[in-house]
Amino acid sequence: MDKIKVAVIGPGNIGSDLMYKILRSRYLQMEMMAGIVESEGIKRARSLGVRTTTEGIKPVLEDESIKIVFDATGAKHHLQHAPLLKEAGKIAIDLTPAAVGPYVVPPVNLKNLYEAPNLNMVTCGGQATVPIVYAINQAAGARYAEIVAAIASKSAGPGTRQNIDEFTQTTAKALCTIGGAKKGKAIIILNPAEPPIIMTNTIYVEVENPDEKAIREAVAKMVKEVQSYVPGYRLRVPPILDGNKVTTIIEVEGAGDFLPKYSGNLDIITAAAVAVAEKLAARMLGKEAVA
Amino acid sequence: MNKDKLVRIVDTTLRDGSHAVAHQFTGEQIMAIAGGLDEAGIEYIEVSHGDGLAGSSYNYGWASLSDEEMLKAAASVIRRAKLTVLLLPGIGTKEDLKLAIDCGAKAVRVATHVTEADIGEQHIGLAKEMGLEAFGFLMMCHMAPPEKVAEQAALFETYGADYIYIADSAGAMLPEDVKARVAAVVEKVKLPVGFHAHNNLTLATANCLAALEAGATFLDGACRGLGAGAGNVQTEALVGVLDKAGYQTGVDFYKIMDVAEDIVEPIMHRPQVVRNAPLMQGYAGVYSSFLLHTYRAAEKFGLDPRDILVELGRRRMVGGQEDMIIDVAYQLAQQRGGN
Repeated sequence: MDKIKVAVIGPGNIGSDLMYKILRSRYLQMEMMAGIVESEGIKRARSLGVRTTTEGIKPVLEDESIKIVFDATGAKHHLQHAPLLKEAGKIAIDLTPAAVGPYVVPPVNLKNLYEAPNLNMVTCGGQATVPIVYAINQAAGARYAEIVAAIASKSAGPGTRQNIDEFTQTTAKALCTIGGAKKGKAIIILNPAEPPIIMTNTIYVEVENPDEKAIREAVAKMVKEVQSYVPGYRLRVPPILDGNKVTTIIEVEGAGDFLPKYSGNLDIITAAAVAVAEKLAARMLGKEAVA
Repeated sequence: MNKDKLVRIVDTTLRDGSHAVAHQFTGEQIMAIAGGLDEAGIEYIEVSHGDGLAGSSYNYGWASLSDEEMLKAAASVIRRAKLTVLLLPGIGTKEDLKLAIDCGAKAVRVATHVTEADIGEQHIGLAKEMGLEAFGFLMMCHMAPPEKVAEQAALFETYGADYIYIADSAGAMLPEDVKARVAAVVEKVKLPVGFHAHNNLTLATANCLAALEAGATFLDGACRGLGAGAGNVQTEALVGVLDKAGYQTGVDFYKIMDVAEDIVEPIMHRPQVVRNAPLMQGYAGVYSSFLLHTYRAAEKFGLDPRDILVELGRRRMVGGQEDMIIDVAYQLAQQRGGN
């Protein structure tokens, strides 16, 4: 056995993008795409030779060979799926806002969560900004972190739009619990410009110790770490100091696997989810040293 | 022809005006202004950080008072008017709105970019559930054609909004642009329609009249025009103009002039005139609230504020993207400094 079998529940845009990333993985085998109706996403998976089901989570639970399950449905569904997956002994990677398990941002806290049965991927804004807040906190102490995530209107689906408060609240919480800031605030902006803008994230941090050199080095190092799984993650404006305020701007261009390149907001969350699964799979395969 | 036609006035000195004083209103100032507006017969008194509830931040500027302190100060002196708050989904949340209601808010304006009304569905829903009057407020309307503005207004109508507002947030519209958009919305929805002007091209009052001609029945103003960019329509001037044009406002002309001259004028940081940078905002279609942030960035990076504004307009930045001022200034400075 040289690959770990995984399933994706929810064959929408996010689920399809996950599938393309999994198909490229060294350690993951795309075993099943699960939906509830015969949809475009199911057809797409089938055409790529992936096993599909339209009976929801049941066939995933019944297949003992599947070890990791990505849930790209919705918060309500994941609340039902989470206990079933746990009982079946499968690790759940949750891309919904349900947040049954702890938040994970791969370069920051995955190493503490190898035994967790359920991991939540926070939000796109969280994946883009928490690593920077964490790096700045390590270098200079973060009293307060505030982020502004701007995404292309075309790249914000109905789920995000109808629950926009969830984005700001969840992201703000992650800036503190994972990023290490004492207080956090998150703002999201949708911009309808054509051609669509790529995702930009501005990160403001009030630091205890405004050491520009240490902050710049820590941020540059963190950007490289995120780039290892999100190649389109780039520093647009390196940390600028104004008293104790540090301003950093990041842009995220998507890989264009299934979603368009401007959807960096979606790419960063699917890429992070796959990065988490790869790390867990490498450990299962006894290859953690190279993962 | 206009005789006896009522125009309902929303005064936003204590919300849009917050931008012009860098969000530094004191409790005493709020009480004096809100009390004066109430006494003058203003129906809706808007009080919030310039960027709405929870707007106090690095990105939009720290307010001297919390939302709760501002609203309680205003509520303590308002007897007849409806205390109104602004909420921009993506910045403020339903939790912030609940707090405002606890402080006495009776109406809320849920403001989204002109193409993004659907991010405000939940907030309109909460407002109606809690018994508030709810305005669907479409910002930066110059950026969308009339039929798009009407389509988005119709979304707000389906969410349960009581009124629709068309905001010329960049002060970029000519009277015919205003007429086309107001007329399209009036035709499409059954709700009363309002217009929020900015004076960046010196057209605020003319645009208000154009809006009324096209069927609007609500207008915004601010005493002395206090507001983002070159400011809003002067409420006191609007009351005089509307009276001459044969409209009723229910506002006492003398009393509103006194509020403007005796209470608001002494606390202004600078005269509300159309300087070059706000003129460029109107010309280039840039969100009026960017003004003071642009001045600061221009100084920090040694640039002409107009160059920053032109680039922001070219990039089609929308309301709330104050962070992109630094992005643009940094990049312009890099280009000029040869890195």
